[in-house]
Amino acid sequence: MQQLIYFIRKFKYFLLFILLESIAFIFIIQHHSFHKSKFINSSNYITGGIYNTVSSINDFFYLKSENHRLIEENIRLRNLLNKSELNLNKDTFILNDSSKYGQKYKYSFAKIINNNFTKRNNTLTLNKGTNQGITADLGVINSNGIIGVTKSTSKNYSTVLSILNKNSKINVRLKNSNHYGTLIWNGKDYNILQLIDIPRQAKIKVGDTIITGGKSAIFPEGIKIGTIKNFKFESNQYKNIDIELFNDMSSIGYVQIVKNLERIEQQNLETSILNE
Amino acid sequence: MNNLILNNSVRFLALVLLQVLVLNHLNLFGYLNPIVYIVWVVLFPIRKNKSIFLILSFLLGLSIDFFSDSGGINAAATLFIAFIRLPVLKIVLKKTDFDYLLFNLRAISFGKAFLFITILTFIHHFIIFSLTYFSLDSFSTIISNTILTSIITIIISILGIILFTKKK
Repeated sequence: MQQLIYFIRKFKYFLLFILLESIAFIFIIQHHSFHKSKFINSSNYITGGIYNTVSSINDFFYLKSENHRLIEENIRLRNLLNKSELNLNKDTFILNDSSKYGQKYKYSFAKIINNNFTKRNNTLTLNKGTNQGITADLGVINSNGIIGVTKSTSKNYSTVLSILNKNSKINVRLKNSNHYGTLIWNGKDYNILQLIDIPRQAKIKVGDTIITGGKSAIFPEGIKIGTIKNFKFESNQYKNIDIELFNDMSSIGYVQIVKNLERIEQQNLETSILNE
Repeated sequence: MNNLILNNSVRFLALVLLQVLVLNHLNLFGYLNPIVYIVWVVLFPIRKNKSIFLILSFLLGLSIDFFSDSGGINAAATLFIAFIRLPVLKIVLKKTDFDYLLFNLRAISFGKAFLFITILTFIHHFIIFSLTYFSLDSFSTIISNTILTSIITIIISILGIILFTKKK
């Protein structure tokens, strides 16, 4: 017993070091599993508050570009509206099918108060949380494409797993065919993402547009993401497909949050199939 | 003594805020973000009892982690350089024992202080980038990031130390 106490006394700093270092490693490991990082994240009261204050100052410098993006989106939506009027006028009979009025996606907006894009694993912080109806696993988009998926939330803030992250895997498809793939990031250039798992039957060429696939229950189908920049076709397989984003991930201000109202229904159905 | 506590607390807060609000968004040459908060570890007075120092270094790293959503990476790296600070200093100064109370970084020669800061910065940055990338494939990226970021960190740290500390 005496020797044990002597041992602890002699190596007390080293033991303290080992203890704290293991705590740090537990945090790191927890952070990598998707839902467990409840403790160390920037969505808590203090960090969220500080980021919120600073971003309200920074906002003034981005008013111009933000306005520009809003005008562009307005024009796009106005064009869509005109198109749908045209389509409606062609039909002589209008059928009011009540089942088609069920709303599938609900949109709300939030502001990015902390953005990083140069690290290997990037996360963003939003100025809305559970009080405003934000939960984990909601899609985050803006008018130029997708940004990420919400991860952890507090009362008034939430963090977003950016598409510029090792753990981000987004289901996408080619716009002109129904071949699905997965969008990942290799950590090099924040404007270039990588497309994998494209079947070799797919015919792709440089400049093809990539949109979100409807497979995942997070993003609605058909959101534009980017275009194919270059690719290789080796030993009957596509390799190194680089996607250039429409979005500038270094400058994003206001974003839209997509809530899939039929998500639980879809997931229950899919798990029931898996269980059979 | 009170002055010492106040000094170090103010430095702690100022460095955390400087790091997360300014330096993390600097993106020099597109992607370099200097990690200057470790100056706190370099400047903390050397005492025989270092448990307080180890715990505070851990908390310093952890507060950076809170802001930058990086798990415990900064905490692990900062704690490590805090633990090896005294051995490194002994090697740099080629002394086995010296007066702890009177030690001042500005009192030793510039070359030795520079070497001391460089060693700690390199080790810290290497741990940070290894844990962030965490794969052998990106070994070259880890090394290049470590070297380039360290150079900028060292320049800013030394300028900061010269500007904000008194020479005795």
